[in-house]
This record gives sequence, C-alpha cells and structure tokens, in this order.
Amino acid sequence: MNEQQRDYVLRTVEERGIRLVRLWFTDVLGNLKSFAISPAEMENALNDGMSFDGSSIDGYSRVQESDVLAIPDANTFEVLPWVDAKGAEARVFCDIARLDGTPFDGDPRQVLRRNLESARKKGYSFYIAPDIEYFYFAPPVAGQQPVLLDEGGFFDLTSTDIASSLRKETIRTLETMSIPVEYSFHEDAPSQHEIDLRHTDALAMADSVMTFRFVVKEIAALHNVHATFMPKPLENIQGSGMHLHLSLFTGEDNAFHSADDPYNLSPTAKHFMAGLLRHAAEITAVTNQTVNSYKRLVPGFEAPVHISWARNNRSGLVRVPIPKRQNESATRLEYRSPDPACNPYLAFSVILAAGMRGIEEQYELPTEADANLFEMDDEMLAKLGIAQLPQSLSEALTVMEGSSLVAEALGDHIFEWFLRNKRDEWRDYKTHISQFELGRYLRST
Amino acid sequence: MADSLLAVFPSPAPIDLARTLDLAGYRWKAVASGAEAAKSEPTDGWAGAVVMCDDDPESGWALCRSLRKRDVPVQRVLVMVNGTQLADLEMRDNLFDEFCLTPFHPRELEARLRHLFWTQLTGKHEMLVEYGGLVLNLETYQSSFGGQALDLTYMEYELLKFLAQNPGKVFSREILLSRVWGYEYFGGARTVDVHIRRLRAKLGEEHANLIQTVRSVGYRFGQSKWSV
Repeated sequence: MNEQQRDYVLRTVEERGIRLVRLWFTDVLGNLKSFAISPAEMENALNDGMSFDGSSIDGYSRVQESDVLAIPDANTFEVLPWVDAKGAEARVFCDIARLDGTPFDGDPRQVLRRNLESARKKGYSFYIAPDIEYFYFAPPVAGQQPVLLDEGGFFDLTSTDIASSLRKETIRTLETMSIPVEYSFHEDAPSQHEIDLRHTDALAMADSVMTFRFVVKEIAALHNVHATFMPKPLENIQGSGMHLHLSLFTGEDNAFHSADDPYNLSPTAKHFMAGLLRHAAEITAVTNQTVNSYKRLVPGFEAPVHISWARNNRSGLVRVPIPKRQNESATRLEYRSPDPACNPYLAFSVILAAGMRGIEEQYELPTEADANLFEMDDEMLAKLGIAQLPQSLSEALTVMEGSSLVAEALGDHIFEWFLRNKRDEWRDYKTHISQFELGRYLRST
Repeated sequence: MADSLLAVFPSPAPIDLARTLDLAGYRWKAVASGAEAAKSEPTDGWAGAVVMCDDDPESGWALCRSLRKRDVPVQRVLVMVNGTQLADLEMRDNLFDEFCLTPFHPRELEARLRHLFWTQLTGKHEMLVEYGGLVLNLETYQSSFGGQALDLTYMEYELLKFLAQNPGKVFSREILLSRVWGYEYFGGARTVDVHIRRLRAKLGEEHANLIQTVRSVGYRFGQSKWSV
C-alpha cells in the first residue's frame, strides 16, 4: 500500500475523532461481516492486517487453519455518515489472507480480484451497473405474511410519503458514501422500489452492493420499517431482481461498442454474450442462490425464464439496451436473471468467467429471439433451440456441479463449500410441507 | 544554503550554467537521469534542482517527474526552456516551482534562484487550497465545503486536490490518470469518470457543476482566474 494513502487514513481517523473503525468483509453466502477495532489499532491493521478466527464465518472454516488475516483496503476507507452520540465511526473493506499473507481462497472478494486480474491480463476491465429492487414492509413477525406499507394503516403518513422519504434519505446516504445513484423510482408492485447505481469497475461495485444493502436496511430500520432483498416475497406480485448492465473496457474504449454494427455491438460483445448464454444455466446457482430465487424466475412477471437474447424483448435473459444519445461508453449488455440476494463478488466472478470464455473461444452468438417467449409453447421453443434456466435451486446445483467453468472461477474451496451448503438448504426445503400442498391435497386425497 | 546540494540537468552541465551557479555560491551536482539523481542524492535530500529542458526536453521532464513523484518530493525545482517550448509548461505546474527562459541571462537566473529559495525558506508554502466554499488542508488531508467536513476517500481527495490546484484548466482522463493515479490504477481509464461522479455526488447537487465535463476532452474544475 502506498505510504500517502496510509497516512491519509490515519490522519483522517485522528482529525475526525473516529471512535471505531469497522472492518468489513463478506462470507461465502454474501452476508456482510464486520468487526470493530479502536483507532489505536488502525496503524497496525494497515501494516500487517488483523488476525481473527475464521471458523465462525460461513464458508471460511477449515479444520487446520482457522485463523485468517483481515487486510484493510485503504482505498475503501470511508467515514460512516451516521454519527451516534459517542462519536463518528468509519468502515473499510478488507481482503482476507492466510497468516502468511497469501490470498485466502474462502474470501469472495479475493475470488473476484483473481477473476478481474485474469481479464485484465487480456486487456479488459469489467464494468457493472446494477438496478437493484427491494421491498419495504412492516417489521416482520415470524411465521406471518409480510405486511405492505400501504396496508393496515401502519403509518400516519400515507405510505407513498414515508417510502419516498426513506428512499430519498437512502440515496443521500449512499452518495456521501461514494455510491452515486443514477435513477430511483417506485416499482410496479406496491411497496417495491428500485435504485439504479452508476457503473464502476466490478470490484468497487461488489463493495457498493454490500454497502447498498446495508444502508437500505439500516435506514429503513431507523424508521421502524423492514427492507428486504428477498427475491420473491409475495406470491402474485413481481419479485425483486438485480439486473446487471455489463461492459468491458480496454483503456478508455468500450470494447463492446462498434459503430459498424446495427446494434452497435462489437464482435467482443457478441462473443461475451454468447458465453453468458452458453454458461447461463451453470452460473445460475450463484446468481440466484436461494430456494426462493426460483419462484421469481417464472413467466408473467418480467423475469427471465428462457436462455435467449434480444434488443427489446424484456422476456429474454440478455437484453441489449439502446444507449441514450450516441454515447459510445453506454453500449452494454443487460443480464436480467440475478437477484439482489446473491453474493455480488461471486456472481460478478462467474458472469465475467462465462463472458470471457465466450471471447476466448469465439463462441457464435445464437440468433435473436425477438418474439415474446412467454407466449410460445415448449415445442416451438425447442425448435428455436431455446432452453430454459434451471427451474429450482436443486436443478441449478446439479448443473453447477458439472461445470468446470464455475469450479475454476470460484476456486475449489468455495465451489465445494457452496454446493454442500446449498444442498443442505434444498434438503431442508424438501422436508417442508407447504400451504400449497395442504390446500391442494389434504381434503382431496 | 551553504551545504545543501542542487541537482543539475543535463550532465555534464553546460559551461555557462555551471559558471552562474558557482558564482552565485550554490553547491551542485550534475545528473543525467532520475535514476542517477536518486543514486547520488545526499542523505538530507536534494535542496532543489535546476533542469535545463531545451536540448532534451523529454529526459528533462522525466527527471522533474521523478523528483516530484515520490514520498518526499523535491521542492524548489527550476526548469529552463527556450521560447518555443513555453507551451510545455502548461499542465506541468506541479512539476516545477519556477522557470527561466534560455538563452538565459546569468543575473536573471541568479535572481530567480534567490527568489525561489527565499519563498521556500520563509515557509510561504501553501498548505491550504481554497476555491469558493471548498477548503483542502494539504497537511491534515482534511477537506470541507461551506464549512461542512467533506468525507472523501484517498483517491477522491487526491483528484479533488489536483483539480482545485488548477482551477479553470481542462484535463483529459489520461492526464488525470497519470498525474493523480500515477498509472497504478485498478479500474482502467474509466476510473476517472467514476471518481468524478463520486465527487459530484459528495459535493451535492447544487455544487456538482463545480466539476464540469468538457465534451470529448475531459474535466475542468471551476473557472479560470482569467475568465472571471
């Protein structure tokens, strides 16, 4: 780390009277983890990292070596915008390393770093802009249906007022934390909101998504509201997705852009897209990692079901948005299946790996599917060669298990742990008797 | 200044330059490159440098850059350029403190050197950068806008510092990358745009236009002193 950068952090801690520095990192499932150190320990942490017992962190555990190092990434040091009476706090994202300083292969941030580095060796930097959807509910009661803000007279203010003021406060907070917002609006579903972030390189964006989820929940909680990124909380209402706008840059140039193509897509963009499509089923367990994720990926709610691409067809998996104006840097692909409950580090890693494979092996892009796929029957889809995304977590895991691409992108440690953990989740789900079954079979059979 | 040492480029130093420095009582050593300057640097550092850019401007500027781009930059750098090279000075303000035209008049060079050392010795070195409501304290790394503390990450701070030190000037992304990030950057050239957006967001909507986008060129901070 550069000397000045370290000084900058230490001086800021001193000048701003920082009381606690929170070291942030992420477990394999994408949960934000944190431990706090005093300002006096910060210099030490920047120099040598802070060791802690990783065995309590999901996906970190290894029998022999449970101690790992959290090494602050000084670039991400940021004073937290909420101050309590006792003084200001700051946070810094950490890379996790083994005690000898080598990257710890259970750390999702290191996994993304590794994948970005291999793209960088080929001359590409990977940029992402996510559109993140989520719901506001009344604070949940275990075992009960979520209560929408516009129901039940929960608030004195009308629900639109409270929700839009929550959203405004959230955006203001995000912007003071180096996360510029492009767009925000109330989604179609009641109590659903969408905030679109401006594109950054994938590592910064994965950090931003972690910060985003934290800030949205935190600010909602301050107002006694529950924010959730659960992919499909309500049965007959569209779920929450995290569409990802993807582009590769070589230096200042957008490698996806070509002025000669009718869709402004370069051969690189087409190969990348072909890679995404060919490996989509394999990476779905990572981009959609919960049992509940697959209840979003059903026809009728603008969520993708089929593995196809199109310029204007929102039922496809990959959409090619028409850039505003003649803006070269805005040429991009929109990958529509991921949901906001994923681990962004791992999701970005497998997406990049799939796209890069397409570029390396010069995959041929299938023809565009511009008809509405939801209206076609299976036979017609088969004739067009259009497959479906996995229909359940179990199916997705089976496809993932056979994927050398995903194993390589995630590394063996995370690949194996993830499969094991998610198989358990599926087993738990399978033993559950649902309302659907009781309603359908209790009396009729 | 009796025992401090100046680095002089090129090596060997032109005879008239050597004579002027000797007569004015400076101790100096000729260096041919940044590497050589680093190797033969006295333990207490170079007291300053005189860099003659007129014959080999590329190596001259490279030397200036290597003297400045390090943990403790060399203060008091005087560059010498000829009349056709004046444009080279633009956008390199951070690489020198004073300049002198060649062919030079020995009395002029002497006067400029004296003045350069006077300002630095009296501690007149600017530790605050101010523009409008923006204040950057270069010593404590703190920044504020309209009296409110501004919480910036290190790279945001460095970028804002560079821009605010050069108000009214247009910088391309490449220039900003090389001057602020020094080529070691992770996110590719779009990194500049990302950081500009973050700065605008932190300055707040009403001040976001403090940093303007100059179409197909780059960015400009504030107004030039000369255009107000």
